Amino acid sequence: MDERNKVDRGKPRDRDNVRQRDALSRRQFLKVAGAGAVGIAVAGSGLAVVTAAARAADKPGPTGGDHLHPADATTSTRLRRWAMVIDLRSCDGCQSQGTPPQCTTACIQGHFAPEPIEWIQIYEHELPGGGTQFIPTPCQQCQNPPCVNVCPVGATWSTPEGVVLIDADRCIGCRMCMAACPYDRRFFTWTDPPKPPEAAFAQYHPERNFPLRKGVTSKCVFCPDLARAGRLPYCAQGCPNQAIYYGDLEEDLATNGKDVVALSKFLSENQTYRLKEDLGTKPRVFYIPGHGQAVGRDPFKHGRKPTEWPWMKNLEGAKTWTRSG
Amino acid sequence: MDTLRISDYRKRLEERALHPLLHTSKGYYLLVGFLLLVIGWGAFAYSNQLRQGLIVTGMRDRISWGLYITMFVFFIGISHAGTLISAILRVTKAGWRTPITRMAEFITVVALMVGGLMPMIDLGRPDRIQNLVLFGRWQSPLLWDVFAITTYLTGSIIYLYLPLIPDFALCRDRIAGKVSPLKRMFYRVLSLGWRDTPAQKKYLAIAMGMMAILIIPVAVSVHTVVSWIFAMTLREPWNNPMFGAYFVAGAIFSGMATLILLMAILRKVYHLHDYIKDQHFLNLGYMLAGFTLIMGYFNASEYITSGYKMAGEAPFHFNQMFNGPLAPMYWFYAIGGLVVPGLIMLIPITRTVTGVLVAAVLVNIAMFLERYFIVVGGLRVPLMAYPPSSYAPSWVEWSVMAGAFAGFSLIITVFVKVFPLLAVWEVAEHYEEERIKVPRKETEPEPALEPVPAARREVSRPRALRPEFGHNPGGDHGGAA
Repeated sequence: MDERNKVDRGKPRDRDNVRQRDALSRRQFLKVAGAGAVGIAVAGSGLAVVTAAARAADKPGPTGGDHLHPADATTSTRLRRWAMVIDLRSCDGCQSQGTPPQCTTACIQGHFAPEPIEWIQIYEHELPGGGTQFIPTPCQQCQNPPCVNVCPVGATWSTPEGVVLIDADRCIGCRMCMAACPYDRRFFTWTDPPKPPEAAFAQYHPERNFPLRKGVTSKCVFCPDLARAGRLPYCAQGCPNQAIYYGDLEEDLATNGKDVVALSKFLSENQTYRLKEDLGTKPRVFYIPGHGQAVGRDPFKHGRKPTEWPWMKNLEGAKTWTRSG
Repeated sequence: MDTLRISDYRKRLEERALHPLLHTSKGYYLLVGFLLLVIGWGAFAYSNQLRQGLIVTGMRDRISWGLYITMFVFFIGISHAGTLISAILRVTKAGWRTPITRMAEFITVVALMVGGLMPMIDLGRPDRIQNLVLFGRWQSPLLWDVFAITTYLTGSIIYLYLPLIPDFALCRDRIAGKVSPLKRMFYRVLSLGWRDTPAQKKYLAIAMGMMAILIIPVAVSVHTVVSWIFAMTLREPWNNPMFGAYFVAGAIFSGMATLILLMAILRKVYHLHDYIKDQHFLNLGYMLAGFTLIMGYFNASEYITSGYKMAGEAPFHFNQMFNGPLAPMYWFYAIGGLVVPGLIMLIPITRTVTGVLVAAVLVNIAMFLERYFIVVGGLRVPLMAYPPSSYAPSWVEWSVMAGAFAGFSLIITVFVKVFPLLAVWEVAEHYEEERIKVPRKETEPEPALEPVPAARREVSRPRALRPEFGHNPGGDHGGAA
């Protein structure tokens, strides 16, 4: 297995079958279903079905495991260190677009995140002299992650690439990580999450974080699978002002889809800071101070359009909840 | 006052202690039926939660722990009633403890069983609980809790069981003919062939001495790691190095209050006035009053050190506690839980059994509320620029809570029918000791004391050398702790 894709976990599991983003092959489907049927017949207990299905799903599929995707092959010796820079000078909370924040919308569409899950969320933060700034906040991908430290079952972990992932098949739903996260970036699936028909056969993978499971936590996963395939995360793709730079500290490059910057120089020259830096969590998300001035926003213009869940409209009567209770 | 010959005293004591094991009233069955009903209702509510997920609770992303975790902390807290109190009193050889240790140890075991269940009920995926064993990470505070609570439960069961061995033997010898064969076998097996021989007594004393000392650090560690679930996070009121000690103090505090309540109930129902005397209540009342000062000291230390600096979210936290939505609970805790119980014990007129009972009820409620505002208040402090969230338990959570309290009561109710309520041999031994080695008073004539070999202590002494415990509050022996 490629070193770069190895994940730091107790049990080696094949996690590099990531590019089959939305498809489940016929053979895999039959395999899982078959294992499930056998499990029911033999044990007659739900537990056996779950384990058998999980074991079957763990095996390298017909296209997984031993051979690499072309996009991966070109960089196979490099251990990526993914990072994000958010230029607050260019973020106006999509006020000028007259739409809900497009980063959040793109993320929701890309991951079929149900209401009210906003893995990247725009907080409106007060400025010292009155007025506000908008702070798009994905998971900060801490390098000293409090959530990983407290997880009792190793269901959330840091990859060597510096991304914090969640295994929704292992999480027991104790919500210790939610108490530990100082950025409020963890989300709980309080009931069976609604699922659109087009995602019916999507295969779960921690790097994709979909489909969601009931009773477990989820969060932004930094889309490293998209990055490896040469694409930006959904939020960066969706940003109309190109405020979100995504890149690799190792290669020292980042891009917002328009400009390519030398990451270290970019970070130093723009007085970047990280949220709650004094906590020592060492996030991989950096911010360039600002309040949307680069796109002509008046800081005294408050508010933004509330987030929408476009795909949820197709599902009549889907069960949702609010974040704050 | 009546002083009994030791053999008579022992006979009466045995009768009194074994009475509940042989006689069951109609009211008992009614109570059991009622408790089962409540537990059934709680189970029904929980089945709802299993089917639909935690959406049926009032918890949401921002306040993601609620009544279940509050109950967890509360029950683990009252578990300290038992073992810790009884172990400390045993280690310090406080003779007056003997009639109340058994009840205290009951509380410990039962509270741990119920409390340990609470985080499991709180899980989003209880079907994966085996992952704690399969993939457990020792770095997680939650796993420390699993270890600490299982260790404490095991230790408490052993600590409850050791002094029960002679009492099981007593049941085997005295009431075997009057109970069902199953129960007879139960007593026979669990008495482990106890024959009251000097060697057996010696080994039991060694084992109990060791357990009494071992269980104290375990008990302290349990509530310390319970607090660390909170203190290991970066949230404003929880991120506090004092939390461990504060939780241990609160645990002993609420544990004593629960013990007082249980003593009062069992004394009334089973007419144990000869053994559980008013002085016992007063002694525990004094301890309770002492702990109000310790709790107040902890609170003052916390509020002054963080309120002086007002760093970070401290202003928000103070506001929500002192004037905000948590204020009624906070002030009930501060006034009803700390000031009033302290005053009750301070003022001579209220320093009665009724007064102690009122204080115990107040402390129990206050400590439950305190656990609640620690859990919910800590989560309510906003981490980012969003308005503070609210939390109100749903009917499911209330029902599960009712079920948990009913379960706690039911297990105690069943224990009462299976185990002797008093540690018969310890109470008897204490009585004998009191009658043999006695502090003389100036006015009393010199008693003719000869050293009596331990094996011959059954021989009755000619007369009382010392008034019975409890009728001599001003005496120089066996008074308040």
